Amino acid sequence: MSASLDDGGSRPPQTTDPVPTPASRRRTRERLAELRGPAVPPRPLDARALAALAANPGCRRRALLDGAGVDKGALASRLGAPAPFGQSQFAIVRGNSFEAKVKADGGRELLRLLGVEDPGTVSVPDLSASGPEGRTARTALALREATAGDGWTLLDHPLLTLEVAGSPVHLEPDAVVVDPAGRWTVVEIKSFPMIDGAADPAKVGAAARQAAVYVLALERVAALTEGAAVRHSVLLVCPKDFSNLPTASVVDVRKQRAVTRRQLERLTRIDEIADALPEGLSFDVAGRSAEELSAAVEAVPHAYAPECLAACELGFHCRSRAREAEAVQTLGRSVRGELGGLTTIGAVLAAARGDDGEPEDPAVAALRRARALRQDALAEAEAAACR
Amino acid sequence: MTVYDPAVLDPAAAAAKATAEILESTLRGTARGVVVDSPPGAGKSTLVVRAALELAAAGRPLMVVAQTNAQVDDLVLRLAEKEPDLEVGRLHSSDSDPYDRALDALEQVRKSAKAGDLAGLPVVVSTAAKWAHVKNVEPWAHAIVDEAYQMRSDALLAVAGLFERALFVGDPGQLDPFSVVGADQWAGLSYDPSASAVSTLLAHNPELPQHRLPVSWRLPASAAPLVSDAFYPYTPFRSGTGPGDRRLAFGVPSDGSAPDRVLDEAAESGWGLLELPARHTPRTDPEAVHAVALVVRRLLDRGGAAVSERSDAPVPLTADRIAVGTAHRDQAAAVRAALAALGVPGVTVDTANRLQGREYDVTVVLHPLSGRPDATAFHLETGRLCVLASRHRHACVVVCRAGVTDLLDEHPSTEPVQLGVTVKFPDGWEANHAVLSHLAEHRVRWTP
Amino acid sequence: MSLIAHLARMEAVAAGRAQPLATVRHRRLAERPLVLVPLTTAGEAGAPLGALVGTDPEEPRLLVVPQPRDRELRFAFLAELAEEVLPYVDGFADAVEPVERKDSATGEKVRVELCLDAPQLIVPSRAGIEYVRLLGRSTRFRRTAEQDPDTPYPAPPRVPLLGRWLTHYGERARVPGSSLLLAATDLLNRHWATGQSSLEDQHLGALLAWIDPADGERGDRAAHRAELARDERGQLLCPPAGPATDPAFDNQLLAPAIEAYDRARQAVGAAEDGETADAALAGLHRAEREVRRLVVSQLKPTWDATWRALGLLRALPEGARVEDRWTRDRWSFTAHRDRIAAGEPPQPRRDDAVTAAAKLAAREQAQGQLDAQEALDDPLVLAGRRLSGEAFAAEVVEVVRAWTESKRPAPRPLLTVRTEDRPHLDPGAKVYRSLDGKPQSAEFVGREEDGSLVLRLLDRMGRSKEPAEGTVPEKGERIAWTLFEHDARVGPRLPDPEETPWTHGGPPRHADTAELPDAVTPEDLL
Repeated sequence: MSASLDDGGSRPPQTTDPVPTPASRRRTRERLAELRGPAVPPRPLDARALAALAANPGCRRRALLDGAGVDKGALASRLGAPAPFGQSQFAIVRGNSFEAKVKADGGRELLRLLGVEDPGTVSVPDLSASGPEGRTARTALALREATAGDGWTLLDHPLLTLEVAGSPVHLEPDAVVVDPAGRWTVVEIKSFPMIDGAADPAKVGAAARQAAVYVLALERVAALTEGAAVRHSVLLVCPKDFSNLPTASVVDVRKQRAVTRRQLERLTRIDEIADALPEGLSFDVAGRSAEELSAAVEAVPHAYAPECLAACELGFHCRSRAREAEAVQTLGRSVRGELGGLTTIGAVLAAARGDDGEPEDPAVAALRRARALRQDALAEAEAAACR
Repeated sequence: MTVYDPAVLDPAAAAAKATAEILESTLRGTARGVVVDSPPGAGKSTLVVRAALELAAAGRPLMVVAQTNAQVDDLVLRLAEKEPDLEVGRLHSSDSDPYDRALDALEQVRKSAKAGDLAGLPVVVSTAAKWAHVKNVEPWAHAIVDEAYQMRSDALLAVAGLFERALFVGDPGQLDPFSVVGADQWAGLSYDPSASAVSTLLAHNPELPQHRLPVSWRLPASAAPLVSDAFYPYTPFRSGTGPGDRRLAFGVPSDGSAPDRVLDEAAESGWGLLELPARHTPRTDPEAVHAVALVVRRLLDRGGAAVSERSDAPVPLTADRIAVGTAHRDQAAAVRAALAALGVPGVTVDTANRLQGREYDVTVVLHPLSGRPDATAFHLETGRLCVLASRHRHACVVVCRAGVTDLLDEHPSTEPVQLGVTVKFPDGWEANHAVLSHLAEHRVRWTP
Repeated sequence: MSLIAHLARMEAVAAGRAQPLATVRHRRLAERPLVLVPLTTAGEAGAPLGALVGTDPEEPRLLVVPQPRDRELRFAFLAELAEEVLPYVDGFADAVEPVERKDSATGEKVRVELCLDAPQLIVPSRAGIEYVRLLGRSTRFRRTAEQDPDTPYPAPPRVPLLGRWLTHYGERARVPGSSLLLAATDLLNRHWATGQSSLEDQHLGALLAWIDPADGERGDRAAHRAELARDERGQLLCPPAGPATDPAFDNQLLAPAIEAYDRARQAVGAAEDGETADAALAGLHRAEREVRRLVVSQLKPTWDATWRALGLLRALPEGARVEDRWTRDRWSFTAHRDRIAAGEPPQPRRDDAVTAAAKLAAREQAQGQLDAQEALDDPLVLAGRRLSGEAFAAEVVEVVRAWTESKRPAPRPLLTVRTEDRPHLDPGAKVYRSLDGKPQSAEFVGREEDGSLVLRLLDRMGRSKEPAEGTVPEKGERIAWTLFEHDARVGPRLPDPEETPWTHGGPPRHADTAELPDAVTPEDLL
């Protein structure tokens, strides 16, 4: 375990962000609440928001809307480009019944999957309390008691908080296991199968990023809990092969944890984004007209890439805008690689035709050669077809 | 792994102790394999030659497996130089011009495309690809597998039946082997054919002794800590020379231009970053390419002289002691053309892949992410940056456009995760940030 | 993707329709392929919902599982699928030609059978290929009552065999250039560039909207509609090509229909007299018909789209070297036919070390061959290689006769060629051209002052001192040279699995190779 991964503070930051003071944090929080709409509760940073963050960490539009806790799905609908995300009730039912089955015997099955054959008594504390604050407090207390004790504890759906962009967001892992030595392990229960020990790498990757956020949130609690340590490997539980018997794999999430922490730290920059916006702008889905909402969204620059379509509720909205602007990126991130300063399709085609662009620019020169070679080949094929 | 406390031993003693332990394990140990990790410039070739000579002296028939023909020829020449009486076999392919003609001058070196012709020689050297075609022979008592981290698991599978025991030597920080077709279906298997030979070997034989060469004799004191921290976070090493043991000076003073200032900075501190204004550019960014060529030109024009532990008097810095490193072949071609236009011959210009294992006094590197609109896995691969940042004995100048930090921040982090695959550290983002933040302290801004 | 392909995408944006990426067809399309459009149940691994399958676009066979969580119904589906697939596959097994081939173990020539043609399976999308693998994996270890009378939930007789064929096809689809199992989206994407990204190109409906837009509509608008447009009930006008269904379909239409089916089944079970039983049975049939109607509403558009894709591809002439790769596919089919006939066990769950290495080597070889063959067959593909400096087209401006210096001089003529291309040539580099379909090699000697290249021709000129007629290019001839070889080199022979070396864990243990059936749980049956 390297110091640089364990402790991000050891690396000097590239840009010296002003240290946020309590007052500046409060100001940011108020500003974000204003943007969201004062009567609207903030949306939690759920798996979907994390996926969007991972897919496009550089998008300011996404950063601001997620940071302010705006319901992007509702916003997308108001903009006339509803997000195509939905979950089949078959999948939900299956997922719930699988999770219930895994936890059915008071955690013994889960501990067996963790490699503990004889855990003795497994304590499963009651975490219910009124309101999210009550539940997080109850979770912290249960974690402290479990760490101080000398047996195994299973926390079923604990509630954690993590400060993102100055506001606390609530997170609910499927389970956390505390071992007799006081180490905490995040458990993620997913309904995609592990077939012959392998699972869909994209889904495992998403689960690992989700679990890494729980690890970060748990670390805040652990810092205040004597004798506690959070493991950087999580237990991923899935159905085995084609059955609904559970099987599990330990997933090392050190990289995801480092990446996510870095990205969440960068989210603090949303105050800069917010400050740059004109006064009176609002993303209050219920309180503003579609035109006002559209203008508000356009005021924040996006960084659309096709990956957004599968990750962000606003993906299709931003795609329309990016296509209107003829951004080359609509054809894929990698397309930009060889185009240098040419950023629109019109500019690229003009350069390729020789109507525009500096011939000394290697990108322009390459495009002209590419076009000439392409035309020659097509003409050659046509001639061959006529013969 | 064995841990050396730098405070306890001086570099020479630490390196000697490690070498002695490795040879002991190899010659008298009971394990079937011994693995040696060697960071850049830690004396891997010296170790291989020495182990080969000692095994031959002990009467153990030895086969040596290297990865490229150039490596094989180099090894044969070194063996011949060190022990002119030792008979060495050079097994080669049946292509035209299969080996370095310099071998023809050596009487003790027998060359053949057939393993049978070389039977009975104390040492036979060839590439993994050629060894894989050798069949129906008596196995060798011992093998040395060189550059084992750059060898693929399936290549080892094809040759492992030829030897009883083996010494595996390599640098875990350089470029990983790869496959041009998908190999995901075997990810997580201990014998994934697209993984490195060492990862398969250790997955099946975790008890094998693992050693590490703890001292880089190439990298100066200014470079070893950075390269060690950024690319070898779990297996640190240090430089064989101390601060001030290596010096670089110029006969001609700076003319105040950015290339001269960055050269002065690099001569002084071992590192220099020549930063061009932020801009998205194609790979062969003409300004950056020109800047690279200009730095090289000034390096030669200013009459550089290097002082090192190798000689008391300053040694003139000549073109053959300078290399330019790039990520892509077309970049290398553009730099070569720019150098030719400036009338600079004799400087090596190549990609990271081809610079692996080579050593120069000064390197000028076109940063793999310079001017790029996006960072790809190729450009973030730690091995690539590691190779580029660890070829020099004195100083390294990096030419790069501003804005790479933002580029790294905006890089998506949607990597898939394969169950059962050991996570490789460091990751590209972390390593790139480490290098950039260090370089930022040696920044000179380009003013055209 | 190369710059030249990116340019084609941008041209597609400007034109509002897809642009060619190939001038010939680079994959074999069988005369009578079997198209399979599967659908699966969300959240369940290997629980098919239905499929359309068949060789006649007008007459697909519809298979539906009205309650996908019922094992009996799933087995019935698989048995029906086997009834469609296996007779089709078997239809190719008996027509053979005798071929002489070198035995890889002994090196001696042996006479073996090679099937004259091979069955071809087409699915709509890449996810469909993955699903074929999944079906293969879920069925090949099943036990039938005949194999094991005590097996708890015996599979219908031909289901394990279906699994072995699907597994073979799924695995073969990983070999570059193979045509045994193909996805319509991959086929289209290989031959056309759309004005959208490769991610969006995975949507068969959107892809066809770009390539073959209806009545002159712009591709982007048509594609947008194919992706997102919904009817007044919120259902997609162009359902996804599967195997996953649209959640809105699941939640609004399918779930109620399956519930109704479950209730109708209960009613049948609860019926106490003939009259109520008849009514209940009629209700059950109605309920089942409704599920079938819904499933076919999702399958049919994709079925039609897949055939439409095949029609578009058939319009392209087949590349000259496609036949060569298809022969390899025929070998692959024949070999699997023989393994099954020899009573070998099903393919193991995971490859052993030697098999994995052998497959990787074969695929790398196939990739090299495919890249070379596509470039040789198609000037548009070659254009991309020319742009990247891996090939060049050049006019011969001078031919100088020259010979080797040996006792029996062999011809080594020097060619001076002029090209506008910029090949990445180092001195001594080999280049190749195609001479009567076989490669002829030359060596790069150097550059003239005027930039023209000097090449020394090395082979294929016959045994005499004078080069054979037509083997040396003539002045004025325009020739395409490649820096890559035209045939991939054959890799080394790997040890037998029983001789796996200690570095790779030694020979596989016997317990690993005996493949047991998967565990089955009673809860499957709901």
